[in-house]
Amino acid sequence: MSKYYLNYLDELESEAIYILREVWAQFENPVILFSGGKDSILVTHLAKKAFYPAKIPFPLMHVDTGHNFPETIQFRDDLIDELGVQLIVGSVQESIDQGRVAEERGKNATRNALQITTLLDAIESNNIDCAIGGGRRDEEKARAKERFFSHRDDFGQWDPKNQRPELWNILNGKHFEGEHFRAFPISNWTEMDVWNYIQRENIAIPSLYFAHEREVVWRSNSWIPMSSFLKLEEGEEVVKKKIRFRTLGDITITGGIESDADTLEKIAVEVSAMKQTERGNRSDDKRSETAMEDRKRQGYF
Amino acid sequence: MKIDNNQLLRFTTAGSVDDGKSTLIGRLLYDSKAIFEDQLAAVESTSKRKGHEGVDLALFTDGLKDEREQGITIDVAYRYFTTPKRKFIIADTPGHIQYTRNMVTGASTANAALILVDARNGVIEQTKRHAFIASLLQIPHLIVCINKMDLVDYSETAYHKVLQQFEEFSSKLYVKDVRFLPISALNGDNVVNRSENMPWFQGAPLLHTLETMHISSDINKIDARFPVQTVIRPQREGFIDYRGYAGRVASGIFRPGDEVTIMPSGFTSVIKTIDTQEGALKEAYAPMSACITLTDDIDISRGDMIVKTNNKPESTQEFDAMLCWLHNAPSKPRVKYTILHTSNEQKAMVKEVLYKIDINTYARNVEDKDLSMNDIARIKVRTTRPLLIDEYRDNRITGSFVLIDDATHETVAAGMIL
Repeated sequence: MSKYYLNYLDELESEAIYILREVWAQFENPVILFSGGKDSILVTHLAKKAFYPAKIPFPLMHVDTGHNFPETIQFRDDLIDELGVQLIVGSVQESIDQGRVAEERGKNATRNALQITTLLDAIESNNIDCAIGGGRRDEEKARAKERFFSHRDDFGQWDPKNQRPELWNILNGKHFEGEHFRAFPISNWTEMDVWNYIQRENIAIPSLYFAHEREVVWRSNSWIPMSSFLKLEEGEEVVKKKIRFRTLGDITITGGIESDADTLEKIAVEVSAMKQTERGNRSDDKRSETAMEDRKRQGYF
Repeated sequence: MKIDNNQLLRFTTAGSVDDGKSTLIGRLLYDSKAIFEDQLAAVESTSKRKGHEGVDLALFTDGLKDEREQGITIDVAYRYFTTPKRKFIIADTPGHIQYTRNMVTGASTANAALILVDARNGVIEQTKRHAFIASLLQIPHLIVCINKMDLVDYSETAYHKVLQQFEEFSSKLYVKDVRFLPISALNGDNVVNRSENMPWFQGAPLLHTLETMHISSDINKIDARFPVQTVIRPQREGFIDYRGYAGRVASGIFRPGDEVTIMPSGFTSVIKTIDTQEGALKEAYAPMSACITLTDDIDISRGDMIVKTNNKPESTQEFDAMLCWLHNAPSKPRVKYTILHTSNEQKAMVKEVLYKIDINTYARNVEDKDLSMNDIARIKVRTTRPLLIDEYRDNRITGSFVLIDDATHETVAAGMIL
């Protein structure tokens, strides 16, 4: 006799597929925001399932800070080939060269906030009416209030106090010209769910997530990878460590953790015993108590 | 952590600042180890800055800047925790009357509702409000947590007094499963661990109740309904003539070979395959996402519904519903709204407001017929084309709808079909 209920991973998968299909049905020109991180890889994997046996019917869009892990770019290009979908790249370097944004100054300068302008420009110039992201509500307190279908005004801004209520599984993607939506199919997944699912489905992820030897610098309580973009401060030294990354972002601010986890099984075990949130190693979130909310209001991912 | 065969349980909590709701959630997260060191450190430093003694568990549930400043919950916040038995999603909603719309939103997908009652005060207006919304939204399970038992000396008499008050007023409500628990969220009595202070209570603590409660019957498995979201036409080698109907099973079970009717057209056919990327399925049941192919070539598009020929929903342009008004701008008489019902979209009008309900006293008001924010009313709806409906009581997906104001595109009301 079969059971007629889903286990929690199947239910999360089914919910995400439902949301991806609603995006396709309700919008003219959606894209998947692809960073090369595990969450956007997961969303892409789910999109493949949602439209099977057809190909994913919309492009992937990468907002390229120019401060990349080389592994991420390679991974991205291979995946695009495999899926046979279009890739749109929004370049932060171009935004800087065109004078749309200026590099941050100071010790902890990053290109993180600059991405907002590039992202919104790319959305506008490509007439995108829905950008699908891998944001999860468990990541950060401002994200806990995010809707599956999240409205952005014609300046690309989010108004968290004035969000459309979402009831049952009914999603309202109605918008005026110039406005767009962000859609978050994996809102209800936690970091642990993501790893359990990646392991179950055996989804390919960049090698950076697995423990490997790397040259790193100790900064802001985490191991920052050595790269040509990094300016060493006094007293800082480059050392070789066996590390892995829990999240992937701008190479200058993404901290690694010391780890021996070199398989998906070991990562899942390690994550379940973690005492810090995954964004705990992201210096962009440490700037203030509401750093994420402030960036999100302006149009951040 | 291997919990692959475990179910997902969604529950909602409603409460005000004082009844310990945030403390209870903080306690569940903390004791089930869903709180990380950096989150704890952030809350510790905020507690200290605000001059609180010890760690204020309630701070774990604050989100937006305004909420932190004002110390209140404005919007629904979602929280997650997992135990070896289940994964939980908490929809944490503010309990104040101004936020009825948020309670309704949080309740719409919940398997269970936690209602907190302060043991010292007993049942108050707010308790009745929460119970009413839980019953209106047909949350299958209700858990009444009689909190702050530590402040009434863990007295069995105090507990029974509240229990009796609740029983008395709730007899007017339609609730299937109610349980009562004496707890102290602050001290952790009967939250995760059984209380040593209340040996007279024989029931299981809250977490155990949540972990073991029977929820697989919460979704209707009888009436097979498959609203079509989109049509899949791969137009690539190996699938040139493939035409699949993608959707999520709203209720019931579908199998290849089933005789089905496509509504509203009324054409009949037989299910050929139920496809997923992993391969064809022997059956698909709610809430699975799948792609159905039929033995006949029929014109089917988004908004249509595939149902079993021997069990159809009602096709109608006029029906009664309970409506909750969600928007600042009040309803406009005789105005056409866009109605979203499953994957279908039509125009609709509120033809008549029969009565409004006072959610504190459950009294009906037939005089005042204007709908404004947080009002709940029984109405008659008329649509431009037929909708394929079931009663909300039988089917939360095919029995629910929202109204959208075409001038603003805002979601202005949510309805449950009677």
